[in-house]
Amino acid sequence: MYQTTYHRASSVSDAVKVLGEAEDAKLVAGGQTLIPTMKQRLAAPSDLIDLRHIDEIKGIEVNGKDVRIGAGATHAEVAENQALAAVCPALCHLAAHIGDPHVRHMGTLGGSIANNDPAADYPAGILALGATVHTNKREIPADDFFAGLFETVLDEDEIVTAVSFTAPEKAGYAKFPNPASRYALTGVFVAKRADGVRVAVTGAGEDGVFRAGEIEDALAKSFEPSAVEGITVAADTLMSDIHASAEYRANLVAVMAKRAVQAANE
Amino acid sequence: MGVEGIGARLARKEDKRFITGAGRYVDDMVVPGMKHAAFVRSPHAHAAVNGIKIDAAKAMPGVIDVLTGKQLKDDGIGNLICGWMIHSKDGSPMNMGAWSPLAVDRVRYVGDAVAIVVAETRAQARDAAEAVEVDYEEMPAVTDAVKALEPGAPQLHPEAANNLIYDWEIGEADATDKALDGAAHVTRMRIVNNRLIPNAIEPRAALGHYDRAEDHFTLWTTSQNPHVARLVMSAFYNVAPENKLRVIAPDVGGGFGSKIFIYPEEVVCLWASKRTNVPVKWAADRTESFLCDAHGRDHVSEVSLGFDADNRIVGLKVDTIANFGGYMSLFSSSVPTYLYATLLSGQYVIPQIHCNVRAVYTNTAPVDAYRGAGRPEATYVLERTMETAARELGVSPAELRRKNFIREFPYQTPVIMNYDTGDYEASLEAAMREADYAGFPARREEAKKRGKLRGTGMSCYIEACGIAPSQAVGSLGAGVGLWESGEVRVNAAGTIEVLTGSHSHGQGHETTFAQVVAERFGVPIDSVSIVHGDTDKVQMGMGTYGSRSGAVGMSAMVKALDKVEAKAKKIAAHLMEADEGDIVIENGEAKVAGTDKTVPWFQVALAAYTAHNLPEGMEPGLKETSFYDPTNFTFPAGCYICEVEVDPETGVTDIVQFVAADDFGNIINPLIVEGQVHGGLAQGIGQALMEGCRYDPTSGQLVTASYMDYTMPRAEDLPSFQVSTTNTPCPSNPLGLKGCGEAGAIGSPPAVINAITDAIGNNNLNMPATPQAVWSAMQKSE
Repeated sequence: MYQTTYHRASSVSDAVKVLGEAEDAKLVAGGQTLIPTMKQRLAAPSDLIDLRHIDEIKGIEVNGKDVRIGAGATHAEVAENQALAAVCPALCHLAAHIGDPHVRHMGTLGGSIANNDPAADYPAGILALGATVHTNKREIPADDFFAGLFETVLDEDEIVTAVSFTAPEKAGYAKFPNPASRYALTGVFVAKRADGVRVAVTGAGEDGVFRAGEIEDALAKSFEPSAVEGITVAADTLMSDIHASAEYRANLVAVMAKRAVQAANE
Repeated sequence: MGVEGIGARLARKEDKRFITGAGRYVDDMVVPGMKHAAFVRSPHAHAAVNGIKIDAAKAMPGVIDVLTGKQLKDDGIGNLICGWMIHSKDGSPMNMGAWSPLAVDRVRYVGDAVAIVVAETRAQARDAAEAVEVDYEEMPAVTDAVKALEPGAPQLHPEAANNLIYDWEIGEADATDKALDGAAHVTRMRIVNNRLIPNAIEPRAALGHYDRAEDHFTLWTTSQNPHVARLVMSAFYNVAPENKLRVIAPDVGGGFGSKIFIYPEEVVCLWASKRTNVPVKWAADRTESFLCDAHGRDHVSEVSLGFDADNRIVGLKVDTIANFGGYMSLFSSSVPTYLYATLLSGQYVIPQIHCNVRAVYTNTAPVDAYRGAGRPEATYVLERTMETAARELGVSPAELRRKNFIREFPYQTPVIMNYDTGDYEASLEAAMREADYAGFPARREEAKKRGKLRGTGMSCYIEACGIAPSQAVGSLGAGVGLWESGEVRVNAAGTIEVLTGSHSHGQGHETTFAQVVAERFGVPIDSVSIVHGDTDKVQMGMGTYGSRSGAVGMSAMVKALDKVEAKAKKIAAHLMEADEGDIVIENGEAKVAGTDKTVPWFQVALAAYTAHNLPEGMEPGLKETSFYDPTNFTFPAGCYICEVEVDPETGVTDIVQFVAADDFGNIINPLIVEGQVHGGLAQGIGQALMEGCRYDPTSGQLVTASYMDYTMPRAEDLPSFQVSTTNTPCPSNPLGLKGCGEAGAIGSPPAVINAITDAIGNNNLNMPATPQAVWSAMQKSE
């Protein structure tokens, strides 16, 4: 790791201030991606701004069907939140299967979606739930938030503060883990509401998380695993690497979608 | 047996310090004035080095010196050697290219070291290493051994035309061809043994300390054989004469073969300590482990196995290409020859065997022995082919094996090995019973109802441990003898120290060696200490690899125990005025048989050291040394049966049952033996399902250089193993031991792949059988 200067931010505005002043600062919350990257000398921020001690971005609130999760909530907190489990257990299930216990007790929702790793789990959940991403500057619909591999629409001085959504009638998440890293080789989140079904796929797309329109249409007609049978997902926009070909990922999208629906219906 | 003697299931004595974090590893060692090293490593797979600029790096904060290969050469440090001479079939010696500990004018794999930086802190050393400017001129690279032999392939070493190190053979080619020509059926396969990265939990490390006042070197290193390290560094690398070099291998966190070899970093740290006049420590980070530890396996073989009309094997022909990487590592040449082709008879009567092996340079990390070393490759060749043959012939895999088993011992194979004893039928029966082999069809049907494809696969392996005798291996090209030393020191108060040339890096020697002593004298194991891993304490030894510590290392100790016992009996007889032949030593005392006369063990020891009342002419003291040279290899063997369920939608393989029935001969500690089998199975299953080292074929970059991309088996990937043993004691060593350290890794890969190919109905499947690989094979079979 190269030398860096550590700052403990006391508030979001404090963090933004330091961010503006430093030469090449990085925000760190759980640090589960950034710190290993720095240890491998693949990232060398001049300054690290620690968001873990900012109370205003913590906590999980559930009012009826309305959910608001602070950006600083750890995966373990999301996984274990009983109120959330009562209205949207699929998101708890998703959080409970990120990384390992160490990662889950350090990593945060805000860090995950701001990093937008194409194989991270949360982007699928946030996109399928049609959530709203809250920042210190604005509210961004999930459909607009994710902009490509490790890219979001966040400005340089913008910090995610929370994510909110209304719990759907039913939701399910099925993940096929990369055998080595246990990131999602392909993960599919399905969310059913009165006005339709949203299906978001992570781990498989060349440009990161995406919605699977054909599967959404089929599931809108019949929210059953069998509705996905016979759908051939096109492989041409999917990732191909040493772990999985685009064809294999295309197969996994359909299989995981089916299993996500099965989980949602249980 | 006593409660702590041979056969007792004792928890390991050494685990207390390991599981409480109190182990002392090389990177824990601190010497006054010690500085830290970082290596400058090639980012290219193949490049000419046209110059190295070190001025900027030397000016960095904390930097003491930056040293290059030219300085190393100027100081007379020798090139790294390969310790086993192999001759090609035309009689010419192997074509070994030069391997300088620091590359001088050419780098041959990503990670090849070109310079060392010594600085006050590790971080400063790394920062400065990045400031060393190496003028690389990139050259085309080749990573695949088959492609490296093709015309026009990039050439690595001027000494090795066409990248060919040797073209070696064993067995009778014409007779084997003739046998196959006359065969009623020939099964032909192309078998690929995937390349593995060892991944010991402790990365390699070295601390070199030159003491100017004494003109003496000390090296703390992560080694499986510190004495061999000292010998090689003295005799070949000109680091220091043996009497001026002490090598210490303290607690070592796993080796699996990868810590047998003498690596550039150890040599360079010692040399750099003298150059800079400060102790120099280097510890690999995990990336360096991936890039620079010797890798394992990486064979491609064409196999033909012929049968007569009665399904008896008539001949086996194997043509193997072995990837050696950019340089020849210390034992590399022996692995695909005498540790591989000599095991191709397996458990079967095979009248004719011929194996041709071509060893090939490529722009990859050096390849050398890794848990099993040649024997897993032989077993995979033979056992996949046997299972395939059974399917082609339409007979049960068990019956085909049974029909061809060797049943009379000793058995001379056509490929050097002379099997001393065994009972392959017993292992097969034990495994089939434990696996409920007969009940498999019903289980397959039941799985089908759940939408799963269930398959069963078998593997009957043999291996050879305790490589020996020294005279024989010497005649085959080995550069060292393969005996072991043991010294037993009984202290004046009766406690005992055993000095062994074996080295424990996870095997549990501190417990098992003590159990043998406890058995002999009836003393508690807590009164027995095992000393190893330090050339100043133990005079000489050959270290631990090839499952040799029990069969060879303990045998040396037993010979020394014999001498101690004989002397102790003389002393006890003298003290009790009895006949020496009537003395029995047990339960911590010497007794006169048939009487109630006894002398406690500690009094016998005390008498030896007070020397007040010893038999006429006897020297004081109670300490004996022995060197044991085995008369033959030992031959552990067994039968493994794996059952899998494959998810047809995803290709995910779930190992639902794994049965191992091993014949290890006699067993000192069943708990430790089971642990060894479990660990070996985990590694073998890791190879079969998960682990696959991948280089980019064009750039030569290691693609699987971290755990993000290289899959290690985890506990949740593995079933609860059903392990058991049968026993035909080894006749060639005093304890009847065969060795158990590698069996699991040797026998399991073919069992797993045979099970998966049975489940999916497509035999065209290579390791690692990842979900994608299995799914793809299923698409092709549809």
